[in-house]
Amino acid sequence: MGEGFPLFPEQASTIAEGVDQLYAFLVAVSVFFSVLIFALIFYFAIRYRRRSDLDMPRPIHGSTALEIFWSAVPFVIVMVMFGWGASLYFKNSRPPEGAMDMHVVGKQWMWKIQHPEGRREINELHVPLGRPVRLIMTSEDVIHSFYVPAFRIKMDVLPGRYTTAWFEATKTGKFHLFCAEYCGNEHSRMGGAIHVMEPHAYDLWLSGVEAGESMAEIGERLFHDLRCDTCHRPDGGGRGPTLDDVFGRSVALSGGETVIADEAYLRESILRPRAKRVAGFQPVMPTFQGQVSEEQVMEIIAYIKSLASEGERRLAR
Amino acid sequence: MIATAPAPTAVEPREHYLNAGYGVKSWLLTTDHKRIALLYLASITLFFVLGGAFAVLVRLELVTPEGDLMRSETYNKMFAMHGLIMVFFFLIPSIPAVLGNFLLPIMIGARDLAFPRLNLASWYVYTLGGLFTLGAATTGGVDTGWTFYTPYSSTYSNGAVIATAIGVFIVGFSSILTGLNFIVTIHKMRAPGLTWFRLPLFVWAHYATSLVIMLGTPVLTAAILLVGIERMFGIGIFDPALGGDPVLFQHLFWFYSHPAVYIMILPSMGVISELIACFSRKRIFGYNLIAFSSLAIAALGFLVWGHHMFVSGQSVYAGIVFSFLSFFVAIPSAIKVFNWIATLYKGSVSYDTPMLYAMGFIGLFTIGGLTGLFLSTLAIDVHVHDTYFVVAHFHYIMVGGAMMGYLGGIHFWWPKISGRLYPEGWGRFSALVIFVGFNLTFFPQFILGYLGMPRRYHVYPEEFQVLNVMSSAGATILGVGYLIPLIYLVWSMRYGPRAEANPWGAKGLEWETASPPPKENFEQTPVVTEEAYNYARESESDVSKLNRAISSV
Repeated sequence: MGEGFPLFPEQASTIAEGVDQLYAFLVAVSVFFSVLIFALIFYFAIRYRRRSDLDMPRPIHGSTALEIFWSAVPFVIVMVMFGWGASLYFKNSRPPEGAMDMHVVGKQWMWKIQHPEGRREINELHVPLGRPVRLIMTSEDVIHSFYVPAFRIKMDVLPGRYTTAWFEATKTGKFHLFCAEYCGNEHSRMGGAIHVMEPHAYDLWLSGVEAGESMAEIGERLFHDLRCDTCHRPDGGGRGPTLDDVFGRSVALSGGETVIADEAYLRESILRPRAKRVAGFQPVMPTFQGQVSEEQVMEIIAYIKSLASEGERRLAR
Repeated sequence: MIATAPAPTAVEPREHYLNAGYGVKSWLLTTDHKRIALLYLASITLFFVLGGAFAVLVRLELVTPEGDLMRSETYNKMFAMHGLIMVFFFLIPSIPAVLGNFLLPIMIGARDLAFPRLNLASWYVYTLGGLFTLGAATTGGVDTGWTFYTPYSSTYSNGAVIATAIGVFIVGFSSILTGLNFIVTIHKMRAPGLTWFRLPLFVWAHYATSLVIMLGTPVLTAAILLVGIERMFGIGIFDPALGGDPVLFQHLFWFYSHPAVYIMILPSMGVISELIACFSRKRIFGYNLIAFSSLAIAALGFLVWGHHMFVSGQSVYAGIVFSFLSFFVAIPSAIKVFNWIATLYKGSVSYDTPMLYAMGFIGLFTIGGLTGLFLSTLAIDVHVHDTYFVVAHFHYIMVGGAMMGYLGGIHFWWPKISGRLYPEGWGRFSALVIFVGFNLTFFPQFILGYLGMPRRYHVYPEEFQVLNVMSSAGATILGVGYLIPLIYLVWSMRYGPRAEANPWGAKGLEWETASPPPKENFEQTPVVTEEAYNYARESESDVSKLNRAISSV
């Protein structure tokens, strides 16, 4: 823990301390048992060393009481580890309400990140201090993994699917971003930095470039350019379902099931419209697989989300 | 154990399995399990040296943070080939195919395995698989890691994935043949009086291992086949661009590859039980529990694969279930460790080379096992998954555990196998060198991992250099430690003093026959009248020990 020889990475997120406490508990348990076992081996090996080639010790067959003792004690200890680890994991897997969404696309060998306000970054992510940030991530090619040691977060980034992770930074500064899942030649260079800034500095940074369109605005433009609006009309009279206020709602499907209209469902419906068709509509929508990039899909989804002001809160429930 | 066979000692030259024939044909067409064991010994040693060479290059590159020794492309092939060769062509066959093959029939008083020709076939299958992999290594190499994660392996990798996959596909069948052979042999060919609970724990461990091999390997074979189909014919199974699911591959792969860790460690645990009993001259403490814990580990091994996938996008609830089940593996492992230690209590402990390896095993396996708990703990695994913490953990199990057991076993049974004694002083020295080198190599990697250095990194941030240099320095010591036994064991085959039938004063049928054993293992079928490790029994071997004690004065 000294400056010259650290044993812990920096703690720079709200969850880091909890993870480190649990880790310290496991280290303590491990040190205790390692020392115990090494000490017993050395003690027995020396105390009962062979003194004469004629030594013939009495056999001991075993002891049920001892067996129960040294099964039960480890069992109780590992159950504590399990319970503590699982509850922390469960808690850490839920983003708090009102998190700002960052959109992450991994590709060999770079991270492309887009802020809700529309600003794009590559291999860098600027975030404000003290505000929860949710990452909505997908990959254009192979599996990557978004890893920020200082935040103690890691989540695989998969092609064809959205995964999410979240963090709330507690310290300003620059922190490593790594790709943790082996992804080919330049895997070890597929990294960058997370810049945590004071909120006002972040706002300044965000407005530093020319006031561009937000993600939702770009999405809206795409929605018109791709002629989505000819069928998905706000009044609901089109050949497709209206997308007003649909995000976060439960949708009845043609097969009789229901599905929550979250990012993953919207993405699937854009790329493979027939996979989960809304009840009451014909399978007339063309597929947009290969027509739009992962980033464009994210922008369109951001637009659809902007049509449902209560959507995020509904989804959190 | 007692055998009715008269001890056929010391009347040289006597015919035994080594001098029963000298031609190349007498080796390549042999169905003698002992000779096949030696064929395996030669082949896996070759692969170990090769896999070790790749490891040396990896550690050499990691001395500096920059990629200055080789290109990323090359580095990725180095760690991939290291993993592939060490896992599939060294660790998995190591103890079963060499020591198991040699000893299992002798330990149960049989002439050979149940299917001797199948046994030879398994070596040929292994060799064929090995040739494919070597072919792949020399014609471009493969850069997928030993894990073949899709869709990288099935679509994006430029390496010789197909040739390597065929090699791994083929070598799986050699394990299956060996496993099948062991199960049938243990069921059907035990000597009269050798009931299940009189079996040496080495045999129990191999029985459990064989079950895992038989049930797990076909799943890997299928998964590899599917990767091949997707890569060659573009049929969408794992690549989402073709409509597949990349995580499906991870499920299939780990369904085998987690139990595969137990294929490596269980036989080693069997060896350790033999060593601890012999070198404390005491019946193993809690025999039944050690036997059953092998089966428990084998069974649990099939229920925990999802702990490799806590951050793969798998559901939170699946993660919780897999974490819960993973902790159960700790219990049978702890039972084994405590029973071994209890065996030392009031024993007569000697510090011969095999015992040094056994004690080293217990220590390193303990650290490997305890750090496994970190990885089962969900919130911690999120941080350390795919970092050097994982690399350190599984090397403690696979090298600190499986490899220490293998070397301990090789030394213990070397007099039986070769009929010669190895130089004991060099043996102890190299065991210590290996222990020190191993810890210096891999302990820093735990710290490196928690600090956040991802695995499979060719270049890394500067702050990780000190620990990496320590690790590389340790690897140098470890490498020297491995070379010493390689040299003196080969030397001893020709120049070592001749071994008597039972140089350690050990119990077990293998010590009742000559060193090296005759072609048929025993002159007469032995009859077993007592349990294993009955060291306290007054026996004629005590007389021979007395004689040795007198002559050494």
